[in-house]
Amino acid sequence: MHELSVCQAMLTQVEEIARRENARDVTRIVVRIGPLAGVVPDLLQQAFTVARAGTIAAEAELVTEEQPIRVSCLSCGAESDVLPNRLLCKSCGDYRTRVISGDELLLASVELNRLSDERLHRPA
Amino acid sequence: MCDTCGCNVTQGNQHLIQEGGKHEHTHDGKVAVEVLLNLLSENDHQAGHNREHFDNHQVLAINLMSSPGSGKTRLLESTIDALKEKYRIGVIEGDLETENDAERIRAKGVSAVQITTGTACHLDAHMIHDALHQMDLDSIDILFIENVGNLVCPASFDLGQHRNVTLLSVTEGDDKPSKYPVIFRAADHVLITKSDLLAVLDDFEPEKAESAVRQLAVEAPVSLTSAKSGEGLDLWLSWLEGQIDEQSIRRSEGKTATPKIAPEGQQLYTHG
Ligand SMILES: Nc1nc2c(ncn2[C@@H]2O[C@H](COP(=O)(O)OP(=O)(O)OP(=O)(O)O)[C@@H](O)[C@H]2O)c(=O)[nH]1
Ligand SMILES: [Mg+2]
Ligand SMILES: [Zn+2]
Ligand SMILES: [Zn+2]
Ligand SMILES: [Zn+2]
Ligand SMILES: [Zn+2]
Repeated sequence: MHELSVCQAMLTQVEEIARRENARDVTRIVVRIGPLAGVVPDLLQQAFTVARAGTIAAEAELVTEEQPIRVSCLSCGAESDVLPNRLLCKSCGDYRTRVISGDELLLASVELNRLSDERLHRPA
Repeated sequence: MCDTCGCNVTQGNQHLIQEGGKHEHTHDGKVAVEVLLNLLSENDHQAGHNREHFDNHQVLAINLMSSPGSGKTRLLESTIDALKEKYRIGVIEGDLETENDAERIRAKGVSAVQITTGTACHLDAHMIHDALHQMDLDSIDILFIENVGNLVCPASFDLGQHRNVTLLSVTEGDDKPSKYPVIFRAADHVLITKSDLLAVLDDFEPEKAESAVRQLAVEAPVSLTSAKSGEGLDLWLSWLEGQIDEQSIRRSEGKTATPKIAPEGQQLYTHG
Protein backbone atom coordinates (compact mmCIF):
# COMPACT_ATOMS: atom_id res chain seq x y z
CA MET A 1 0.00 0.00 0.00
CA HIS A 2 1.06 3.55 -0.73
CA GLU A 3 0.51 4.55 2.89
CA LEU A 4 4.16 3.64 3.44
CA SER A 5 5.29 6.07 0.72
CA VAL A 6 3.04 8.74 2.20
CA CYS A 7 4.44 8.01 5.66
CA GLN A 8 8.02 8.31 4.43
CA ALA A 9 7.21 11.62 2.75
CA MET A 10 5.68 12.79 6.03
CA LEU A 11 8.76 11.77 8.03
CA THR A 12 11.03 13.63 5.61
CA GLN A 13 9.01 16.78 6.26
CA VAL A 14 9.00 16.18 10.01
CA GLU A 15 12.77 15.68 10.09
CA GLU A 16 13.24 18.91 8.13
CA ILE A 17 11.13 20.82 10.64
CA ALA A 18 12.85 19.15 13.59
CA ARG A 19 16.27 20.14 12.23
CA ARG A 20 15.21 23.72 11.71
CA GLU A 21 13.63 23.92 15.17
CA ASN A 22 16.69 22.46 16.83
CA ALA A 23 14.65 19.58 18.19
CA ARG A 24 15.95 16.88 20.49
CA ASP A 25 12.98 14.70 19.66
CA VAL A 26 9.52 14.83 18.18
CA THR A 27 6.70 13.77 20.47
CA ARG A 28 3.57 14.20 18.42
CA ILE A 29 2.66 14.53 14.74
CA VAL A 30 -0.81 15.62 13.68
CA VAL A 31 -2.01 14.98 10.12
CA ARG A 32 -5.33 15.92 8.57
CA ILE A 33 -6.73 13.37 6.15
CA GLY A 34 -9.96 13.65 4.20
CA PRO A 35 -11.90 10.55 3.15
CA LEU A 36 -11.25 11.53 -0.48
CA ALA A 37 -7.47 11.79 -0.08
CA GLY A 38 -7.03 8.12 -0.92
CA VAL A 39 -5.09 7.41 2.28
CA VAL A 40 -6.49 5.13 4.97
CA PRO A 41 -5.69 6.49 8.46
CA ASP A 42 -5.34 3.01 10.02
CA LEU A 43 -2.90 1.92 7.32
CA LEU A 44 -0.93 5.13 7.80
CA GLN A 45 -0.72 4.35 11.54
CA GLN A 46 0.56 0.86 10.76
CA ALA A 47 3.12 2.20 8.32
CA PHE A 48 4.19 4.76 10.91
CA THR A 49 5.03 2.14 13.54
CA VAL A 50 7.50 0.67 11.04
CA ALA A 51 8.80 3.81 9.33
CA ARG A 52 9.46 5.94 12.44
CA ALA A 53 12.22 3.61 13.70
CA GLY A 54 15.60 5.31 13.68
CA THR A 55 14.16 8.76 12.96
CA ILE A 56 13.84 11.74 15.26
CA ALA A 57 10.17 10.73 15.59
CA ALA A 58 10.97 7.21 16.83
CA GLU A 59 9.01 7.77 20.03
CA ALA A 60 6.37 10.05 18.58
CA GLU A 61 2.64 9.60 18.56
CA LEU A 62 0.80 10.01 15.25
CA VAL A 63 -2.60 11.64 15.41
CA THR A 64 -4.83 11.51 12.35
CA GLU A 65 -7.69 13.98 12.21
CA GLU A 66 -10.41 13.06 9.75
CA GLN A 67 -12.15 15.85 7.94
CA PRO A 68 -15.80 15.68 6.87
CA ILE A 69 -16.60 15.85 3.16
CA ARG A 70 -18.30 19.07 2.17
CA VAL A 71 -19.28 20.20 -1.31
CA SER A 72 -20.32 23.54 -2.65
CA CYS A 73 -22.88 23.55 -5.46
CA LEU A 74 -21.87 25.32 -8.68
CA SER A 75 -25.52 25.60 -9.64
CA CYS A 76 -27.36 26.90 -6.54
CA GLY A 77 -24.45 27.77 -4.25
CA ALA A 78 -25.60 25.63 -1.31
CA GLU A 79 -23.04 23.74 0.79
CA SER A 80 -23.74 20.17 1.92
CA ASP A 81 -22.08 17.45 4.00
CA VAL A 82 -21.95 14.34 1.83
CA LEU A 83 -20.72 10.75 1.57
CA PRO A 84 -17.56 9.85 -0.39
CA ASN A 85 -19.50 8.17 -3.18
CA ARG A 86 -22.33 10.69 -3.37
CA LEU A 87 -20.96 14.16 -3.94
CA LEU A 88 -24.20 15.73 -5.11
CA CYS A 89 -25.78 18.95 -3.91
CA LYS A 90 -28.28 18.05 -1.21
CA SER A 91 -30.27 21.16 -1.88
CA CYS A 92 -30.91 20.98 -5.64
CA GLY A 93 -29.49 17.55 -6.53
CA ASP A 94 -27.03 18.87 -9.13
CA TYR A 95 -23.84 16.89 -9.69
CA ARG A 96 -21.81 19.93 -10.62
CA THR A 97 -20.26 20.52 -7.22
CA ARG A 98 -16.83 21.36 -5.91
CA VAL A 99 -15.28 19.62 -2.92
CA ILE A 100 -14.38 22.26 -0.34
CA SER A 101 -13.28 19.88 2.40
CA GLY A 102 -12.55 16.17 2.62
CA ASP A 103 -9.77 15.69 0.07
CA GLU A 104 -6.89 17.11 2.09
CA LEU A 105 -3.72 15.27 3.02
CA LEU A 106 -1.88 17.66 5.30
CA LEU A 107 0.80 17.73 7.92
CA ALA A 108 -1.00 19.93 10.46
CA SER A 109 1.44 20.25 13.35
CA VAL A 110 4.56 18.81 14.92
CA GLU A 111 5.19 18.83 18.67
CA LEU A 112 8.80 18.63 19.77
CA ASN A 113 11.30 19.19 22.56
CA ARG A 114 14.03 21.68 21.72
CA LEU A 115 17.67 21.05 22.49
CA SER A 116 18.12 24.70 23.36
CA ASP A 117 15.18 24.66 25.80
CA GLU A 118 16.97 22.04 27.79
CA ARG A 119 20.18 24.08 27.89
CA LEU A 120 18.20 27.17 28.80
CA HIS A 121 16.75 25.58 31.92
CA ARG A 122 20.00 24.05 33.04
CA PRO A 123 21.77 26.03 35.85
CA ALA A 124 24.92 27.78 34.61
CA MET B 1 14.94 17.29 -3.72
CA CYS B 2 15.38 18.83 -7.11
CA ASP B 3 18.47 17.52 -8.88
CA THR B 4 17.86 19.20 -12.19
CA CYS B 5 17.10 22.75 -11.19
CA GLY B 6 18.93 22.82 -7.90
CA CYS B 7 16.00 24.37 -6.13
CA ASN B 8 14.42 22.96 -3.05
CA VAL B 9 12.10 25.69 -1.96
CA THR B 10 8.53 25.30 -3.11
CA GLN B 11 5.43 27.36 -2.71
CA GLY B 12 4.36 24.57 -0.37
CA ASN B 13 7.33 24.49 1.94
CA GLN B 14 8.82 27.96 1.84
CA HIS B 15 6.97 29.06 4.96
CA LEU B 16 8.79 26.29 6.82
CA ILE B 17 12.17 27.42 5.67
CA GLN B 18 11.39 31.06 6.27
CA GLU B 19 10.56 30.37 9.89
CA GLY B 20 6.96 31.37 9.23
CA GLY B 21 5.35 28.40 11.03
CA LYS B 22 3.29 29.38 14.03
CA HIS B 23 4.71 28.25 17.34
CA GLU B 24 2.88 27.43 20.49
CA HIS B 25 4.39 26.37 23.78
CA THR B 26 2.46 23.67 25.56
CA HIS B 27 2.32 23.58 29.35
CA ASP B 28 4.91 20.82 29.63
CA GLY B 29 7.54 22.85 27.80
CA LYS B 30 7.14 21.25 24.40
CA VAL B 31 6.94 23.33 21.26
CA ALA B 32 4.05 22.73 18.87
CA VAL B 33 4.82 23.90 15.35
CA GLU B 34 1.81 24.48 13.15
CA VAL B 35 2.56 23.52 9.57
CA LEU B 36 -0.28 22.87 7.09
CA LEU B 37 1.88 21.33 4.39
CA ASN B 38 0.65 18.83 1.81
CA LEU B 39 2.18 15.46 2.70
CA LEU B 40 2.96 14.78 -0.94
CA SER B 41 4.39 18.22 -1.68
CA GLU B 42 7.77 16.78 -2.68
CA ASN B 43 6.13 14.46 -5.21
CA ASP B 44 3.95 17.31 -6.43
CA HIS B 45 6.98 19.54 -6.86
CA GLN B 46 8.68 16.94 -9.04
CA ALA B 47 5.42 16.47 -10.95
CA GLY B 48 5.43 20.19 -11.70
CA HIS B 49 8.91 19.82 -13.19
CA ASN B 50 7.80 16.87 -15.28
CA ARG B 51 4.91 18.95 -16.60
CA GLU B 52 7.37 21.70 -17.53
CA HIS B 53 9.46 19.16 -19.43
CA PHE B 54 6.40 17.90 -21.32
CA ASP B 55 5.24 21.41 -22.13
CA ASN B 56 8.67 22.61 -23.24
CA HIS B 57 8.76 19.74 -25.71
CA GLN B 58 5.12 20.22 -26.82
CA VAL B 59 4.13 16.80 -25.48
CA LEU B 60 0.63 15.90 -24.28
CA ALA B 61 0.90 13.47 -21.34
CA ILE B 62 -1.98 11.12 -20.51
CA ASN B 63 -2.05 8.87 -17.42
CA LEU B 64 -4.03 5.62 -17.69
CA MET B 65 -5.29 4.03 -14.47
CA SER B 66 -7.35 0.90 -13.76
CA SER B 67 -7.43 -2.41 -11.91
CA PRO B 68 -5.01 -5.07 -13.15
CA GLY B 69 -6.17 -6.45 -16.47
CA SER B 70 -8.86 -3.91 -17.36
CA GLY B 71 -7.32 -3.45 -20.79
CA LYS B 72 -4.88 -0.53 -20.57
CA THR B 73 -2.20 -2.08 -22.74
CA ARG B 74 -4.72 -3.46 -25.20
CA LEU B 75 -6.28 0.00 -25.53
CA LEU B 76 -2.84 1.46 -26.19
CA GLU B 77 -2.20 -1.13 -28.89
CA SER B 78 -5.45 -0.19 -30.67
CA THR B 79 -4.78 3.51 -30.17
CA ILE B 80 -1.32 3.18 -31.70
CA ASP B 81 -2.75 1.32 -34.71
CA ALA B 82 -5.28 4.09 -35.23
CA LEU B 83 -3.08 7.11 -34.67
CA LYS B 84 0.51 6.26 -35.46
CA GLU B 85 0.43 7.66 -38.98
CA LYS B 86 -0.85 10.96 -37.68
CA TYR B 87 0.95 11.46 -34.36
CA ARG B 88 4.25 10.43 -32.86
CA ILE B 89 3.53 8.34 -29.76
CA GLY B 90 5.65 7.36 -26.77
CA VAL B 91 4.75 5.15 -23.82
CA ILE B 92 5.95 4.77 -20.23
CA GLU B 93 4.86 1.45 -18.77
CA GLY B 94 4.57 0.89 -15.04
CA ASP B 95 4.44 -2.65 -13.69
CA LEU B 96 5.46 -4.42 -10.51
CA GLU B 97 7.53 -6.89 -12.54
CA THR B 98 8.35 -7.80 -16.17
CA GLU B 99 8.92 -5.89 -19.41
CA ASN B 100 5.92 -7.59 -21.06
CA ASP B 101 3.78 -4.53 -21.59
CA ALA B 102 6.66 -2.44 -22.96
CA GLU B 103 7.47 -5.26 -25.38
CA ARG B 104 3.86 -5.35 -26.60
CA ILE B 105 4.11 -1.60 -27.31
CA ARG B 106 7.51 -1.88 -29.02
CA ALA B 107 6.07 -4.61 -31.23
CA LYS B 108 3.83 -1.86 -32.61
CA GLY B 109 6.89 0.19 -33.58
CA VAL B 110 6.53 2.71 -30.78
CA SER B 111 9.22 3.52 -28.23
CA ALA B 112 8.43 2.44 -24.68
CA VAL B 113 10.26 2.78 -21.38
CA GLN B 114 9.41 0.19 -18.78
CA ILE B 115 9.46 1.12 -15.10
CA THR B 116 9.39 -1.91 -12.84
CA THR B 117 8.35 -0.69 -9.43
CA GLY B 118 9.13 -3.89 -7.50
CA THR B 119 6.97 -3.49 -4.44
CA ALA B 120 5.57 -0.01 -5.07
CA CYS B 121 2.01 -0.37 -6.29
CA HIS B 122 1.88 3.01 -8.06
CA LEU B 123 4.10 5.29 -10.13
CA ASP B 124 5.38 8.51 -8.60
CA ALA B 125 6.74 11.69 -10.11
CA HIS B 126 10.38 10.78 -9.49
CA MET B 127 10.06 7.51 -11.39
CA ILE B 128 8.46 9.36 -14.30
CA HIS B 129 11.24 11.95 -14.26
CA ASP B 130 13.87 9.19 -14.57
CA ALA B 131 11.93 7.60 -17.41
CA LEU B 132 11.28 10.78 -19.38
CA HIS B 133 15.01 11.50 -19.53
CA GLN B 134 15.42 8.15 -21.28
CA MET B 135 13.14 9.35 -24.07
CA ASP B 136 13.52 11.83 -26.89
CA LEU B 137 10.59 14.08 -26.04
CA ASP B 138 11.16 16.14 -29.18
CA SER B 139 10.13 13.18 -31.28
CA ILE B 140 6.86 12.61 -29.39
CA ASP B 141 3.46 14.31 -29.65
CA ILE B 142 1.56 12.16 -27.15
CA LEU B 143 3.05 10.36 -24.18
CA PHE B 144 0.92 7.68 -22.58
CA ILE B 145 1.78 6.66 -19.04
CA GLU B 146 0.30 3.27 -18.17
CA ASN B 147 0.12 3.23 -14.39
CA VAL B 148 0.46 0.08 -12.29
CA GLY B 149 -2.78 -1.92 -12.31
CA ASN B 150 -4.34 -0.79 -9.03
CA LEU B 151 -7.61 1.01 -8.35
CA VAL B 152 -6.39 2.73 -5.18
CA CYS B 153 -2.90 4.23 -4.95
CA PRO B 154 -2.20 5.73 -8.40
CA ALA B 155 -4.86 8.41 -7.85
CA SER B 156 -2.86 10.03 -5.03
CA PHE B 157 0.33 10.73 -6.97
CA ASP B 158 0.56 13.51 -9.52
CA LEU B 159 3.04 12.52 -12.24
CA GLY B 160 3.02 15.72 -14.28
CA GLN B 161 0.40 14.45 -16.73
CA HIS B 162 -2.14 16.78 -18.31
CA ARG B 163 -5.07 14.37 -18.23
CA ASN B 164 -6.17 11.24 -16.38
CA VAL B 165 -8.09 8.38 -17.92
CA THR B 166 -9.68 5.73 -15.69
CA LEU B 167 -10.70 2.39 -17.21
CA LEU B 168 -13.37 0.05 -15.86
CA SER B 169 -13.91 -3.27 -17.62
CA VAL B 170 -17.36 -4.79 -17.72
CA THR B 171 -16.07 -7.87 -15.90
CA GLU B 172 -15.43 -5.79 -12.77
CA GLY B 173 -19.01 -4.79 -11.96
CA ASP B 174 -20.92 -1.55 -12.45
CA ASP B 175 -20.65 -0.54 -8.77
CA LYS B 176 -16.87 0.03 -8.84
CA PRO B 177 -17.06 3.83 -9.10
CA SER B 178 -19.01 3.88 -5.81
CA LYS B 179 -16.46 1.62 -4.13
CA TYR B 180 -13.37 3.43 -5.42
CA PRO B 181 -14.49 7.06 -5.58
CA VAL B 182 -11.00 8.55 -5.38
CA ILE B 183 -9.71 7.12 -8.66
CA PHE B 184 -12.92 7.68 -10.61
CA ARG B 185 -13.20 11.23 -9.32
CA ALA B 186 -9.72 11.87 -10.73
CA ALA B 187 -10.77 10.94 -14.27
CA ASP B 188 -10.96 13.37 -17.17
CA HIS B 189 -12.38 10.52 -19.24
CA VAL B 190 -13.85 7.23 -17.99
CA LEU B 191 -13.66 4.31 -20.40
CA ILE B 192 -15.89 1.30 -19.81
CA THR B 193 -13.84 -1.37 -21.59
CA LYS B 194 -14.43 -4.85 -23.06
CA SER B 195 -17.96 -3.93 -24.16
CA ASP B 196 -17.87 -6.95 -26.49
CA LEU B 197 -18.29 -9.07 -23.36
CA LEU B 198 -21.59 -7.43 -22.40
CA ALA B 199 -23.37 -10.04 -24.48
CA VAL B 200 -22.33 -12.69 -21.96
CA LEU B 201 -22.19 -10.46 -18.85
CA ASP B 202 -25.71 -9.14 -18.73
CA ASP B 203 -25.47 -8.08 -15.08
CA PHE B 204 -23.19 -5.16 -15.94
CA GLU B 205 -25.33 -2.15 -16.81
CA PRO B 206 -23.31 0.64 -18.45
CA GLU B 207 -25.98 3.18 -17.43
CA LYS B 208 -25.53 2.21 -13.79
CA ALA B 209 -21.76 2.57 -14.03
CA GLU B 210 -22.18 5.99 -15.62
CA SER B 211 -24.65 7.07 -12.97
CA ALA B 212 -22.22 5.94 -10.22
CA VAL B 213 -19.57 8.13 -11.87
CA ARG B 214 -21.95 11.13 -12.01
CA GLN B 215 -22.68 10.71 -8.29
CA LEU B 216 -19.01 11.58 -7.76
CA ALA B 217 -19.64 15.00 -9.31
CA VAL B 218 -17.71 13.98 -12.41
CA GLU B 219 -18.65 15.73 -15.64
CA ALA B 220 -16.04 13.89 -17.70
CA PRO B 221 -17.20 11.80 -20.66
CA VAL B 222 -17.97 8.14 -19.97
CA SER B 223 -17.46 6.02 -23.10
CA LEU B 224 -18.33 2.42 -23.75
CA THR B 225 -15.50 0.83 -25.70
CA SER B 226 -14.01 -2.43 -26.87
CA ALA B 227 -10.44 -2.60 -28.02
CA LYS B 228 -11.31 -6.00 -29.43
CA SER B 229 -14.35 -5.18 -31.57
CA GLY B 230 -13.49 -1.52 -32.06
CA GLU B 231 -16.82 -0.37 -30.60
CA GLY B 232 -16.69 3.16 -29.19
CA LEU B 233 -13.03 3.66 -30.05
CA ASP B 234 -14.05 6.59 -32.26
CA LEU B 235 -15.29 8.42 -29.11
CA TRP B 236 -11.99 7.81 -27.37
CA LEU B 237 -9.87 8.77 -30.38
CA SER B 238 -11.76 11.98 -31.08
CA TRP B 239 -11.47 12.98 -27.40
CA LEU B 240 -7.74 12.32 -27.63
CA GLU B 241 -7.34 14.39 -30.78
CA GLY B 242 -9.30 17.17 -29.09
CA GLN B 243 -6.82 17.02 -26.19
CA ILE B 244 -3.88 17.26 -28.59
CA ASP B 245 -5.41 20.34 -30.22
CA GLU B 246 -6.10 21.91 -26.82
CA GLN B 247 -2.54 21.26 -25.72
CA SER B 248 -1.09 22.98 -28.78
CA ILE B 249 -3.39 25.97 -28.26
CA ARG B 250 -2.35 26.12 -24.59
CA ARG B 251 1.31 25.97 -25.54
CA SER B 252 0.95 28.81 -28.03
CA GLU B 253 -0.50 30.84 -25.14
CA GLY B 254 2.19 29.68 -22.70
CA LYS B 255 -0.34 27.82 -20.54
CA THR B 256 -0.53 24.31 -19.18
CA ALA B 257 -3.17 22.04 -17.69
CA THR B 258 -3.43 19.69 -14.76
CA PRO B 259 -5.91 16.84 -14.46
CA LYS B 260 -9.30 18.05 -13.37
CA ILE B 261 -8.92 17.35 -9.68
CA ALA B 262 -5.31 18.14 -9.08
CA PRO B 263 -4.88 18.65 -5.33
CA GLU B 264 -6.09 22.00 -4.09
CA GLY B 265 -3.50 24.75 -4.09
CA GLN B 266 -1.06 22.81 -6.22
CA GLN B 267 1.00 24.94 -8.52
CA LEU B 268 0.85 24.34 -12.24
CA TYR B 269 4.54 24.88 -12.42
CA THR B 270 7.00 24.82 -9.62
CA HIS B 271 8.80 27.98 -10.73
CA GLY B 272 7.21 31.03 -12.35
N1 LIG C 1 -12.80 -9.43 -24.80
C1 LIG C 1 -11.95 -8.42 -24.62
N2 LIG C 1 -10.79 -8.66 -23.97
C2 LIG C 1 -9.95 -7.62 -23.79
C3 LIG C 1 -10.25 -6.31 -24.24
N3 LIG C 1 -9.24 -5.49 -23.89
C4 LIG C 1 -8.34 -6.27 -23.24
N4 LIG C 1 -8.76 -7.56 -23.19
C5 LIG C 1 -8.06 -8.69 -22.60
O1 LIG C 1 -7.92 -8.51 -21.22
C6 LIG C 1 -6.66 -9.01 -20.76
C7 LIG C 1 -5.89 -7.91 -20.05
O2 LIG C 1 -5.66 -6.84 -20.97
P1 LIG C 1 -4.42 -5.87 -20.83
O3 LIG C 1 -4.51 -4.87 -21.92
O4 LIG C 1 -3.16 -6.62 -20.70
O5 LIG C 1 -4.80 -5.21 -19.41
P2 LIG C 1 -3.92 -4.16 -18.55
O6 LIG C 1 -4.89 -3.22 -17.93
O7 LIG C 1 -2.86 -3.58 -19.39
O8 LIG C 1 -3.30 -5.13 -17.45
P3 LIG C 1 -2.11 -4.80 -16.39
O9 LIG C 1 -1.09 -3.97 -17.11
O10 LIG C 1 -1.62 -6.12 -15.97
O11 LIG C 1 -2.76 -4.04 -15.27
C8 LIG C 1 -5.95 -9.50 -21.99
O12 LIG C 1 -6.15 -10.90 -22.10
C9 LIG C 1 -6.64 -8.76 -23.11
O13 LIG C 1 -6.58 -9.44 -24.35
C10 LIG C 1 -11.49 -6.11 -24.94
O14 LIG C 1 -11.84 -5.00 -25.36
N5 LIG C 1 -12.30 -7.19 -25.07
MG1 LIG D 1 -0.82 -3.47 -19.04
ZN1 LIG E 1 -0.30 1.29 -2.83
ZN1 LIG F 1 -27.38 22.97 -5.64
ZN1 LIG G 1 14.59 16.76 -15.78
ZN1 LIG H 1 12.48 22.61 -8.39
